[in-house]
Amino acid sequence: MEDMYRMDKAMNAQQDTKISARNVNVYYGDKHAIKDVSVEIADKTVTAFIGPSGCGKSTFLRCINRMNDTIDIARVTGNILIDGEDITDPRVDPVQLRAKVGMVFQKPNPFPKSIYDNVAYGPKIHGLARNKSDLDEIVERALRRGAIWDEVKDRLLEPGTGLSGGQQQRLCIARAVATEPEVLLMDEPCSALDPIATAQVEELIDELRQSYSVVIVTHSMQQAARVSQKTAFFHLGNMVEYGVTDKIFTNPEDPRTESYISGRIG
Amino acid sequence: MSLTLPLLVIIVLSIIGSYLARRRALSVSGGDIRHLASLPKQHGLNAILSTAVPAMLAIIVWLFAARIMEYRGAAPIWVPLGIMALALLGLVLSVMKVSNTFRARTASETWIKGLLIGASTIAIMTTVGIVFSMLFESINFFRQYSWTSFFFSTDWSPNFRGNSDLGILPLLWGTLYISFIALAFAVPTGLFAAIYLSEYATPRIRSIAKPAIEILAGIPTIVYGLFALVTVGPFLRDYFAQPLGFGDSASSVMTAGLVMGIMLIPFVSSLSDDIINAVPQSMRDGSLGLGATKSETIRQVVVPAALPGIVGAILLAASRAIGETMIVVLGAGAAARISLNPFEAMTTVTVKIVSQLTGDTDFASPETLVAFALGLTLFVITLALNVLALYIVRRYREQYE
Ligand SMILES: Nc1ncnc2c1ncn2[C@@H]1O[C@H](COP(=O)(O)OP(=O)(O)OP(=O)(O)O)[C@@H](O)[C@H]1O
Ligand SMILES: [Mg+2]
Repeated sequence: MEDMYRMDKAMNAQQDTKISARNVNVYYGDKHAIKDVSVEIADKTVTAFIGPSGCGKSTFLRCINRMNDTIDIARVTGNILIDGEDITDPRVDPVQLRAKVGMVFQKPNPFPKSIYDNVAYGPKIHGLARNKSDLDEIVERALRRGAIWDEVKDRLLEPGTGLSGGQQQRLCIARAVATEPEVLLMDEPCSALDPIATAQVEELIDELRQSYSVVIVTHSMQQAARVSQKTAFFHLGNMVEYGVTDKIFTNPEDPRTESYISGRIG
Repeated sequence: MSLTLPLLVIIVLSIIGSYLARRRALSVSGGDIRHLASLPKQHGLNAILSTAVPAMLAIIVWLFAARIMEYRGAAPIWVPLGIMALALLGLVLSVMKVSNTFRARTASETWIKGLLIGASTIAIMTTVGIVFSMLFESINFFRQYSWTSFFFSTDWSPNFRGNSDLGILPLLWGTLYISFIALAFAVPTGLFAAIYLSEYATPRIRSIAKPAIEILAGIPTIVYGLFALVTVGPFLRDYFAQPLGFGDSASSVMTAGLVMGIMLIPFVSSLSDDIINAVPQSMRDGSLGLGATKSETIRQVVVPAALPGIVGAILLAASRAIGETMIVVLGAGAAARISLNPFEAMTTVTVKIVSQLTGDTDFASPETLVAFALGLTLFVITLALNVLALYIVRRYREQYE
C-alpha cells in the first residue's frame, strides 16, 4: 500500500521539469569531458548518475551549480535551465544559484570550525536565522536530517575536522541541507559510510525527495536502484541512456548500459 | 707538531679502510654478495666512519682540553701520534669485523645517528653558550649597578666618567613603539598582498608580482636606512610633523617604523602566501558550494584555516623588527626618550648596545657592561615572543585538527 502511494506520488511529481540541460559540452583545456549531453531532471525526484570512473559524472554535476567556474581551464557550452531560467547566462550570479542548488562533494570537506559553525555557516551567510535560538533550531534539524545528531549533540563545539571520515561526510550533508536548497547535488555521498549510515542517508534522500529534486552520483547499482526514480548512464563523456530506474536495470536499451550494469565494463 | 698531518692521515686511512673492507666483504662472500648480511658498500661506509669519527672526536677534545688547560704552542708529540693510532685501530677493527653475518648497515647507521645527535647538540650548546656569556657579563654589570634603577629608571644618560643613569625603559619604549608602527604597517599590507596574490591574481600577474615583492627582501637594511634618512624622514617632517605642529625632527619613530614596515612586507606576504596556498581547494569548494561569495570564503574559511601559519609569520616579523638596528640609527636617531609623539626622535635597545660598545672602552665599567644586560633583556623578550607564538599555534591546532 505504502509503496503504491509512493510510486503514485513519484509519477505525479515527474510531470514538471526542474532542471533541463541542452547540448551541454565541457572541456578541460583540450580534453572534451562532457559530450553534448541533454537531459530533463524532474522536480521532487531522485535522479541517479551512474557510469565508470572518469566518465564525467562529477563534471556534469558541477555544471548544475556552476562549480566549474572555479576551475580556470574548464569551459562549458550549451544551456542549463532551472525552473525555466538559463543559469549558464553570464548575468546569473553563481553565488545566488549555489544557495538554491546545494552540493555534497565526493570527498568530505568540513571547514576547520566547530561542528555547530560548520552547519550554521550557510544559514548565517544567507541570513536564514533571525536570532540565536532560531539558528540553534536550524542546526539541530539539519544534523538530525544528516543522521548524525545523536553522535555529535554533546560535542557541538568541537572541531568538525576531528570527526571520522563517515561522520564528516554526514556533517557535510547536514551542512548542505541547512541552507534549504531546492536542488541537492550529491557526489558519491555514501562512499565513505558504513551500511548503517548509508541506510540513514538513503532515508534522508527519500525524505528530501518530498520537497526537493535530488541528483546523486553513485558507484553502487544497488543504491541507485534503491533510492532513485530515474537513472542516467554516462560513458566516456556521453550520456548513453536515461530513463526510469527500473527499466534501466531490468531492460536497458543500449548494449553499453547492459554490459556496465552486469559488470562487464567499468 | 701541527694537527694537519693527523687530519691527512685520517682521510687517507678512511679511504684505504673503505677499500679493504669492501674487498674483504667480496672475498668472504665467495663472490656471491647474497651471502652477506650487508652489502660491500655498507662495509666500506662502516670502515670510513669507524676510522674517521673517533679520531676526529679526539682532535676536537684535544683542542678544547688545550684551551681549558691554557696550553699554548704546538701539541706535544703524543697527541698527533695517539690520534693517528686511534684512526688505525678503527680501520683494523672494522676491516676485521667484516664477515658474512656482520650487519655493517646497522653499525654504520649507529655511527650516523651519533653524528646527527652531535650536530644538534652543537646547535643547542651554542645557544646555551650565548646565554651564559651574556649572563656572566650581566651579573658583572649588576654587581656595579643596581638592578632596580636599570629596570625601572626612565633616564638613560651614560657618562663615561661615571655616575651614569642607565635605565632601560626609554630604550624598551622606543623598541616597542617602532616595532609596533612597523607591524601595524607591514601586517595588513603584507597579508592583503598575499591574499590578492594567492586568491585573485591571474597566474601571469602572480608570476610578475611575487618576485617583485620578494626583491624587497633582498635589499640590505642599511639601504633602507639611507632611504629613511634622505627621503622618508624629510618628507614626513615637511608634510606631516611641521604642518600639524608635531615638531620639526626628520628622525622620528614614524620614519623608522614606516621604513621598517616596508622591509617587513615581503616577509609577511611571501610566508602568508605560501600558507594560504596550502589550504586545500576542497575547502574553498565547500564554501563556494554553499553559496558563499569569494570574499566570505576567504574571510571565514581560508584565512582561519591558515591562521596558525600567519601568526607564526607575524611573530617572525616581530622578532626581526625588535632586532633591527641600522634602520633605527638612520631613521629614528639615537636619543633615548619616552614620548607618545610619533614624530619625535627616539631610539632602541639594539642601537644603544652598539653605541655602548664602540669607541674607547674598557670592559669593566657599568657603561659598557650594560650592553650585555640590554642584550640579555632583548633575548628574553624575543624568547617570550617565540614561546607565545608556539603556544598560540598549538592551541589553535588542538582546536582545529
Ligand atoms: N580539474 C580537472 N582538470 C582537468 N581534467 C579534469 C578535471 N576534473 C576532471 N577532469 C577529467 O575529466 C574527466 C571526467 O572526470 P570526472 O571527475 O567528472 O569523472 P567521474 O565520472 O566523476 O569519475 P569518478 O567516478 O572517478 O569520480 C576525467 O577524464 C578527468 O580526468
Ligand atoms: Mg566523481
